[in-house]
Amino acid sequence: MSNKILSDIKAKYDEVVNNSVERRITLCAGTGCVANGALEVRDALVKELEKAGQKAVIELDYEDNHDHGDEKLNYVSKSGCQGFCQMGPLVKIQPGNIIYTKVKVEDVREIVESTIVNDDVVERLVYENPATGKKSVTEEEIDFYNRQTRVVLENSTIEPDSIEEYISKGGYKGIENALEMTSMEVCEEVLASGMRGRGGGGFPTGLKWKFTLASQNDKKYVICNGDEGDPGAFMDRSVLEGNPHSVIEGMMIAAKAIEADEGYVYVRAEYPLAVKRMNRAVADAERIGLLGDDILGTGFSFKLHVMEGAGAFVCGEETALIASIEGKRGMPMPKPPFPAQSGLWGKPTVINNVETLASIPGILRDGAAKYKAIGTEKSPGTKTFALTGHVANTGLIEVPFGTTLREIVYEIGGGVTNNAGEITGEDFKSVQIGGPSGGCLTPEMLDMPLDFDSLQEVGAMVGSGGLVVMNNETCMIQVARFFMQFTQNESCGKCVPCREGTKQMLALLDDIIAGEATADTLELLEQTAHAVKAGSLCGLGKTAPNPVLSTLKYFKNEYDAHVFDKSCPANECKALAKPEIIADKCKGCTACKRVCPVNAIEGEVKVAHTIDAEKCIKCGACKEKCKFDAIVGV
Amino acid sequence: MQETNEKTAAMIEHLAAVNKILEKYNCDESKLIPILQEVQEEYKYLSKDVISYVATSLDIPPAKVYGVATFYAHFALEPKGKYVFKLCDGTACHVKKSHSILHALYDRLGLSDDKQTTDDLMFTVETVSCLGACGLAPVMLVNEDVYGQVKPEEAVAIIDDILAKAAAAE
Ligand SMILES: Cc1cc2nc3c(=O)[nH]c(=O)nc-3n(C[C@H](O)[C@H](O)[C@H](O)COP(=O)(O)O)c2cc1C
Ligand code: SF4
Ligand code: FES
Repeated sequence: MSNKILSDIKAKYDEVVNNSVERRITLCAGTGCVANGALEVRDALVKELEKAGQKAVIELDYEDNHDHGDEKLNYVSKSGCQGFCQMGPLVKIQPGNIIYTKVKVEDVREIVESTIVNDDVVERLVYENPATGKKSVTEEEIDFYNRQTRVVLENSTIEPDSIEEYISKGGYKGIENALEMTSMEVCEEVLASGMRGRGGGGFPTGLKWKFTLASQNDKKYVICNGDEGDPGAFMDRSVLEGNPHSVIEGMMIAAKAIEADEGYVYVRAEYPLAVKRMNRAVADAERIGLLGDDILGTGFSFKLHVMEGAGAFVCGEETALIASIEGKRGMPMPKPPFPAQSGLWGKPTVINNVETLASIPGILRDGAAKYKAIGTEKSPGTKTFALTGHVANTGLIEVPFGTTLREIVYEIGGGVTNNAGEITGEDFKSVQIGGPSGGCLTPEMLDMPLDFDSLQEVGAMVGSGGLVVMNNETCMIQVARFFMQFTQNESCGKCVPCREGTKQMLALLDDIIAGEATADTLELLEQTAHAVKAGSLCGLGKTAPNPVLSTLKYFKNEYDAHVFDKSCPANECKALAKPEIIADKCKGCTACKRVCPVNAIEGEVKVAHTIDAEKCIKCGACKEKCKFDAIVGV
Repeated sequence: MQETNEKTAAMIEHLAAVNKILEKYNCDESKLIPILQEVQEEYKYLSKDVISYVATSLDIPPAKVYGVATFYAHFALEPKGKYVFKLCDGTACHVKKSHSILHALYDRLGLSDDKQTTDDLMFTVETVSCLGACGLAPVMLVNEDVYGQVKPEEAVAIIDDILAKAAAAE
């Protein structure tokens, strides 16, 4: 049985699209592409299309009777992040499925004249694989896309501001099914899917819901955790921006499962576009009667609020997040009691990650078995990752659990790049996964299937899904220091081991970087790391030492080089670098010699110069003046 | 007497916007964070006066409001520049050398980690932990505008541009 409200909306949408839309032009309008001018490109497209005598709209009109004779529309819509941020703004044209990359306002006239009017492809805007030189006109031909499996991101090209399109793609079918089940049946279905929370811990979602259902109370809450604090991760943002209705639907299903009637979406302060799209989606759902009282005439009620965070990483921790919604300082609380027993305003509360919630509608729509067919036995389904760092194709990707790092870095990512951005095939050093709570993987782990448990075994974690690729020119001590600085800043200060221990560890890392460390430093660093882990209340403190422990374990030789040889193999630590003028590059112009404040540089005109390392104070003045990039290590 | 009256009148006018926001949230203490967010949007920062006023209106100690305002990075207790440069120092941007951009901006404006706003209140330069556009690293925000794959020279050029425009306007 299908609900009349939903089926009417779907019928109307299909009618409008079939009767009046001739061409769909989709602009990627995630934060990345908007920054690169996607909305200006959209406006230019509409203008140029009209100049060429075509009709163009950016929003479909469902009130219209669509009797326009033969005149058909170009529907110029936007979409959420399609993942290929670095190639943006992306323009997709259907029929034809043509994808243009890095489109600028100046390119629009040519696109309209060639592709729209004459059915020709604009060669220069077609994607070219930097590693192979292969050109790809359609999405299916691009390796970055065709190696992925898109479940959560399935509808990443729909118009996020159109509830009608979401419904036409089977949206809100999951809640429709759930409303015909008992709360316990919904919990059981999700449990059977094997779904594990994507917020980092990997806790079975169905189980969490069952616990909360069992807590007797006349008031319960559902919270969506959109705090996404891991620096270098943006999957949750992309889902909130690109498919807000999937999150709303997931929350409704959670509410049905635990018998809640009110929910909060907590979005990070740095994500204004996500807040805007989410607010619009909530308003549209209310308008249609999918949020509010007596939803779809079933007696089920659910009210949803959107709240903006205020910039504190620790608020991603569930008890801190609850305190923040209550208007307090976002400090974690000891557990138990768990939110399932006593959460927001002391009421039983389910708190789930954005991606977890966005995965739920599919499970209720297509059944647990279909969901479980993807991924591995213990980690079913797919995971989105933010692939960034020194890799040819950066962006948002989605792969089944069990995919190897090699497939991600080399096939989807197109290979590792050096600092000059070239693919040399020899530059892979490490991948950092799981952000400030995670660890570093080495070349030996390239063929390990990635899932919750395999990563845990090697001292890393799926975390939120940030995957930062690092090349040989990256110093691992600096990487460890970077995360330590981050957690030290973000420690809420409640527990002494976390507050003071992270400071200590940071100071020890600074000693190593400055060339002032001894064997004792390394020992103390490791001891402190274990003390912080043991003595901290929340996940922030408990996992803050992970980046240090993992680099100590897998890159010990690099620590040793800093401590015992006073050298930085990656040549990144300034204090340890040996100042040098590369003779081959030096033209003997004397510019460096003249600028050196301590007269450390010697050499005749037109003859390669040299630096006296003893005298050099590493101020960098010479390097700045050198036009030939001949000076290193200052 | 005349003078104090004028002062009070100015103060009342100054706080009219806060009253509106407080009303919108029914002076509900649990809505302190959204209240402060909107107040900050109005005044660009949370001054001492405004904080005490909010505290009195919500009938809670000013210390509690301070506690919340200082806990969250988003709240500013000092005025910021007309142009706020937020440089991302998240992991993705960090490994793509965002710190060289930060130092180029600091050098151009004579700023540092300890002094992030110019005396003429024209520019503020600060770091944030991730803007969520990591695919475009390194990323910088100038007020609301996002810039991706930024080079140090380009960042400095934005400042020069703003200064040139300001000079031309004078
Ligand atoms: C310091 C810290 C930060 C966290 N940040 C996030 C976050 O940004 N997003 C998130 O979903 N979960 C985060 N978590 C995990 C949450 O506490 C919680 O486990 C999660 O939201 C549960 O959702 P799930 O069951 O769907 O995974 C964080 C935990 C800790 C300790
Ligand atoms: S472990 Fe750190 S962040 Fe967590 S509660 Fe303790 S002090 Fe705060
Ligand atoms: S790390 Fe800079 S935008 Fe995410």
